Amino acid sequence: MDIHEYQAKELLSGFGVMVPPGGVAYSPEQAVYVATEIGGWHWAVKAQIHAGGRGKAGGVKLCRTYQEVATAAKGMLGAKLVTNQTSPAGKIVHRLYVEKAEPYVRALYLGFVLDRKIERVRVIASAEGGMEIEEIARDRPQSILQEQVDPAAGLQAFQARELAFGMGLNIKQVSQAVTAIMGCYRAFRDLDATMVEINPLVITKDDRVLALDAKMSFDDNAMFRRARVTEMRDSAEEDPRETQAAEFGLNYVGLEGDIGCIINGAGLAMATMDMIKHAGGEPANFLDVGGGASPERVAAAFNLVLSDRNVKAILVNIFAGINRCDWVAQGVVQAAKNLRVPLVVRLAGTNVNEGRRIVAECGLPIISADTLAEAAQKVVAVSRGEAVSTARGVR
Amino acid sequence: MSILIDSSTPVIVQGITGSKASFHAQEMIAYGTKVVGGVTPGKGGQRHLDRPVFNTVKDAVRATGAQASLAFVPPPYAADALMEAADAGLRLVCIITDGIPSQDMMRVKRYLRRYPKARRTTIVGPNCAGIISAGKAMLGIMPSNIYIQGTVGVVSRSGTLGYEAGAQMKALGIGVTTSVGIGGDPINGSSFLDHLMLFEEDPETKVVIMIGEIGGPQEAEAAKWVRENMTKPVVGYVAGLTAPKGRRMGHAGAIISAEGDSAAEKAEIMRSYGLMVAPSAAELGSTVALALAKAG
Repeated sequence: MDIHEYQAKELLSGFGVMVPPGGVAYSPEQAVYVATEIGGWHWAVKAQIHAGGRGKAGGVKLCRTYQEVATAAKGMLGAKLVTNQTSPAGKIVHRLYVEKAEPYVRALYLGFVLDRKIERVRVIASAEGGMEIEEIARDRPQSILQEQVDPAAGLQAFQARELAFGMGLNIKQVSQAVTAIMGCYRAFRDLDATMVEINPLVITKDDRVLALDAKMSFDDNAMFRRARVTEMRDSAEEDPRETQAAEFGLNYVGLEGDIGCIINGAGLAMATMDMIKHAGGEPANFLDVGGGASPERVAAAFNLVLSDRNVKAILVNIFAGINRCDWVAQGVVQAAKNLRVPLVVRLAGTNVNEGRRIVAECGLPIISADTLAEAAQKVVAVSRGEAVSTARGVR
Repeated sequence: MSILIDSSTPVIVQGITGSKASFHAQEMIAYGTKVVGGVTPGKGGQRHLDRPVFNTVKDAVRATGAQASLAFVPPPYAADALMEAADAGLRLVCIITDGIPSQDMMRVKRYLRRYPKARRTTIVGPNCAGIISAGKAMLGIMPSNIYIQGTVGVVSRSGTLGYEAGAQMKALGIGVTTSVGIGGDPINGSSFLDHLMLFEEDPETKVVIMIGEIGGPQEAEAAKWVRENMTKPVVGYVAGLTAPKGRRMGHAGAIISAEGDSAAEKAEIMRSYGLMVAPSAAELGSTVALALAKAG
């Protein structure tokens, strides 16, 4: 789960990370009001979307007057922002963050990420912060500083100091940077984050260390114990079909093709999509029904897949372990009544004969397949309007 | 022989009184697994499935001599259950539970390091289908009838894709020694490499198939080890050639994993280290057949 910049800043400042004063705005009037409340002479108006690369895409504007704040806000709200981290379709801006613009002398990079390779939190820092950090990492890897965190002991102050001195800060700046680094780490640990990124972390003329931008992503599996973070969810930023899927314990990702997929297990789902492609078709979605596919869940899966108007055929591929085929088959038969597209069903595993019998005897034009290859070939054929043999009996 | 478990391994089920755990414990018993008891805090002293229930894993180990456990514990309590099993001295814990927070698993793996390697618990999972030593014992939730006894070791990230391999091999008359599901979470208890090492030492295993997915460094690391250390042929497969690209938030992830994460890259890495890569998920069994012919 991702949150907005202003939300990340609110959380991080609770852990002692210094951020410029600012406020959220949903209209140009609110944006001007926030600017007057903050005071000062310069403000940054920033589009709040769940993606980086906003600066280059026109999602961050520096303003010198209230009029400029209003104009910038009007231009951004409701507009579509396409950055190098969004899909080509971009994201609509619904919220703005208006922040006091602080002049700074240096821009650093600070990142925290759950590293699968070392199975620890890795801290990444660079004296060369800003928008080109990935190129810097690629071209000058020696300018990227890294620390690993022992999960039992946590990040130590000396590690933060090594990073701060490594970035060439003076002693006054170092103590502030250590506060920021330790604060981000504690937020990462205590809120079950998977990523915290401050880019840039800036040094002001008077040696203050401020987080000018902030991004946080969280571990969905841990949100049961993080009510405060869960409240920050912005469903407008998420694909409504994915949100709906999550409510039923399904994992759905929409794609560009025309063959709907309902499969149990992420690995088998990906392999089946690969098979469809191999057979000359294009999957319309990834959908993992998970363990315990009750009739309600199967029905929800069908609804989701059919909500995509491009879908010309559906493939159900269930290899039952924790699921049972008879249970899944009942759900499929229920959901398949009044179906507008052809349906290919492949069942295998626990109680397979009972499952296949239910499908064969239901009286619906469901096409059966015994193997993965057969299922993929048949669904690609029917999606093109070609005829294939329908239900077979129990083997 | 087989790896990890056989019909003489005494097994307990953590969370045995739950409905799903009960169902799968019965399946395990029916398959011939030596299930000697279970643990549910607060239900110690009761009997369930005609076996004793204990309050703690230590009690269960003391009374039954259990060496392995199947953990069927909800996500908020899973890490605790794993550390309890490790501290009670179990040799092996298989955790089926899906949805355990990553930081909890990180803590569990760090905790295991307090024990010397010789008596350190092996964790299989989480978010996995478990382990089956064909014809001997099952510590998991897989449909046992899709496996026949034989000479192929299976190690798979995905449960259902592991089933697919077992069923395709059975259709060709090929059996398995042991099939292990290591689970799909970012942090696993044990890796491809851990199990490849065991298969290499198992005299009955002639060929190993390793079934990976997009994401993470494990497949590449294991393939490298195969090239340098393994005498047995290894078949590889990586699911996710057509998988949608993950959405991005920030740069930190990209900085630490610049390359080798995609299915195509991983398959290429496997090929370059001499693994026989199955061209599609429908050809897992037939590729193993080729490898067996090669192994002689």
